[in-house]
Amino acid sequence: MLAFIIRRLLQAILVMVVMSALVFIGIYLVGDPISMLASPDATELDRAAIRQSLGLDLPLWQQYMVFVSQAVQLDFGKSFLANQPAMQLILERMPATLELAFVSMSIAVLVGVPLGIIAGLRPKAVASRGIMTGSILGFSLPNFWVGLMLIMVFAVFLGWFPSGGRGDTVAVGPVQLSLFTLDGWKHLLLPALTIALAKGALIIRVTRAATRESLPMDYIKFARAKGLSWGRILRVHLLKNILIPIVTISGLEFGQVVAFAVVTETVFAWPGMGKLLLDSIITLDRPVVVAYLLLVVFFLVMLNLVVDILYSVLDPRVRLQGGRS
Amino acid sequence: MQTKLVRIWSYGLIVAAFSGLTAGTAVARDLVVALKTEPSSLDPQYHALTPNNQIAQTLFEGLVKSSPDIVPEPALAESWTNEGSTWTFKLRKGVKFSDGSPFTADDVVFTYARAAKVPNSPSPFTIYLNGIEKVEAVDPLTVKITTKGPNPLLVTNLGNVPILSSKAAAGPAAEGKTTAELNSGNGLVGTGPYKFVSWQRGAELVFERNPHYWGTKPAWDKVTYRPLSSAAARVAALLSGGVDLIEDPPTDDLANLKKNDALNVIEKASARVIYVALDQHGEKTPGVIGTAKNPLLDKRVREALSLAIDRPALVERIMGGVAKPAAQLLPYPMLGASPKLQEAPKADIEKAKALLKEAGYGSGFAIQLGAPNGRYINDSRVAQTIASMWSRIGVKTSVEAAAPPVFFKNRDSYAYSAYLAGWGTATGEMSNTLNSLLVTPNPALGIGTTNRSRYSNPAMDKLVADSATIMDDKARGAKLAEASEIAMADYAMLPIHFEMSVWAMKKDLTYKGRADQMTLVQDVTAK
Repeated sequence: MLAFIIRRLLQAILVMVVMSALVFIGIYLVGDPISMLASPDATELDRAAIRQSLGLDLPLWQQYMVFVSQAVQLDFGKSFLANQPAMQLILERMPATLELAFVSMSIAVLVGVPLGIIAGLRPKAVASRGIMTGSILGFSLPNFWVGLMLIMVFAVFLGWFPSGGRGDTVAVGPVQLSLFTLDGWKHLLLPALTIALAKGALIIRVTRAATRESLPMDYIKFARAKGLSWGRILRVHLLKNILIPIVTISGLEFGQVVAFAVVTETVFAWPGMGKLLLDSIITLDRPVVVAYLLLVVFFLVMLNLVVDILYSVLDPRVRLQGGRS
Repeated sequence: MQTKLVRIWSYGLIVAAFSGLTAGTAVARDLVVALKTEPSSLDPQYHALTPNNQIAQTLFEGLVKSSPDIVPEPALAESWTNEGSTWTFKLRKGVKFSDGSPFTADDVVFTYARAAKVPNSPSPFTIYLNGIEKVEAVDPLTVKITTKGPNPLLVTNLGNVPILSSKAAAGPAAEGKTTAELNSGNGLVGTGPYKFVSWQRGAELVFERNPHYWGTKPAWDKVTYRPLSSAAARVAALLSGGVDLIEDPPTDDLANLKKNDALNVIEKASARVIYVALDQHGEKTPGVIGTAKNPLLDKRVREALSLAIDRPALVERIMGGVAKPAAQLLPYPMLGASPKLQEAPKADIEKAKALLKEAGYGSGFAIQLGAPNGRYINDSRVAQTIASMWSRIGVKTSVEAAAPPVFFKNRDSYAYSAYLAGWGTATGEMSNTLNSLLVTPNPALGIGTTNRSRYSNPAMDKLVADSATIMDDKARGAKLAEASEIAMADYAMLPIHFEMSVWAMKKDLTYKGRADQMTLVQDVTAK
């Protein structure tokens, strides 16, 4: 187990090194941050001074070496735009994104799994067909369109929810959370639904497939022959066995939402990390982009690790090995 | 689906209209504003850029302020006199900072010295103070400024430098309170109509009325800014009543917003010109195909390209009417704009074709037109339309639209033969525009910095250079107007239109708008 975890961490570091180099080169090729930052009135001398103060006058490889030497001390540089540590800017925004991802994935799982089981148990019933058609809509409708529609209907037309932004927050330790206020939930619900629609659709399909696969298995037949109630069969025998693919998908999708909820966050003006990434790419604020992607890679690798460990908890036959995985 | 969408949308507008009418009767005392761009910092000397400056202008004041039409007016200085390079500013009596302490000449000296000390500034405020030799406090209410030479723009430039409290902003760092400290509100003390309450980056910035403000009491007890970079999100927020006023609604929604009885839409001509620059550097030019030498060197070709553009049609169809066709780079009557160039040139396809033929390009040529995608209002669509207008006279044009960072990189490396861009004058007069865009580049003097078409006309250069030493506004304006006439007669650059800034707000609010496109909450009033 320990060897397995260490191996995964080493892999993560390798990926992070490669990725940071790629991002460095990529942004260098895209354009010159000075042209985005400096006032258009700035003279060549002014520009040269700004370039020097931001360390952009060095050759690219030297800039990268400076970055790496600081990064190993966990200093990921200061945002060109805000003159604050890039990591601090990102971590400030992280609770909002995690909150959104957590709520939307919870909705997706709590709604998707039961619907998926229903659709799996009676694949030919009208209700099941309805669920499946709905799920096709769920993941084929573009995210921004769903978001705008929800805003139009529930915010503009009905006026039940605000059209965007984050509600009142409560400090929980160092973190500001809006999960504990009514206003917070009002703001959270529409963007969470937007994401949950697509993710829930996916979970419905995975659950249905797993259910249909498990139903003809001997242990289900045996349980029925023993005369166990349907409720018990579902809970103990079926659900436990279909959980593995569901946990995998939910874990990976959770990671996706955290890392790339950019579209939803933009439409709903949700002050999360995704919007920060988008704004930073547009202004070529390289320290923030690099720090963000490093954090996301690390986060995704960790998430995969947690999913793998959950496997072994859910299914004792799965062994985590250091040598091979 | 499309029609249904439209139906829901217009239904929504009607409902919003009714809810707005009922809400209008209650007296609103707080204001929520949706900003297009969040400030990058609250340090008023960190980043000289409109999104930051408009926030700074609400918390702080300069010695002078600029009127909605970018004309300097007295603010913290009541009056000023000037003899050669020496300026004496008489400060306003009885002004207090938001912490109650008195404003004195020491604060001015401290502030102007601090501008050069702010580290890592991506756009330093020294740009406004470069011409200053020395700043001295003669007595608590008198400041003496010595400039390096005659400096007719000093007063205008000082309007861009907000005055900090020398006591509140003092600190162990060279610059006093650091940018990070100011961002958290520590030391953020000014004389402006509002004072800082809180800032949650990306979510909201809250101000409340400054009880010690010397001027007219602003209408709102509390002001909340929300950054909503997506235009659709801004419109939705306004329609759902979540915000009271939005900047820059998309041109496509304007017709609907104007029809909505619950809303008030305000337009204001801005000083930002959208222009097409044409490479006039040498015989080789990167984006022209079908001819060996650079056709843009020929004035007749440039004239033909200008005549091919139907500016009123472009403004009407692409800009939704919220722009004004341009005949020069600054709208008349701003200082230095020529009164002879008020009417945009009329499109004349036949004459354009004849000019091309005369220049030896009867069979036309092909050219690429560079444009940013998302920097100016409808920029790439405007470029597409110009391309089709040029193609009508036989100049086959393809548009190279790129994301702004890529566009600016290409432009700065002279990768375009022709490109569309914009310029908003920082000083409200012509010398800033001509010095940046059309004067022969000279890095040592810091002029011609954005002259990527490399137009060069010594006669025009001389007029602009001479104007810099004339202290009398009228005489200076006349020189600059003459320079503008020369450049436009040369077709040095093709002005297309002046953008108009648009604000949409609830019916019971009103805002006059500003030519510098800033949203200043203290000037938003309730009807």
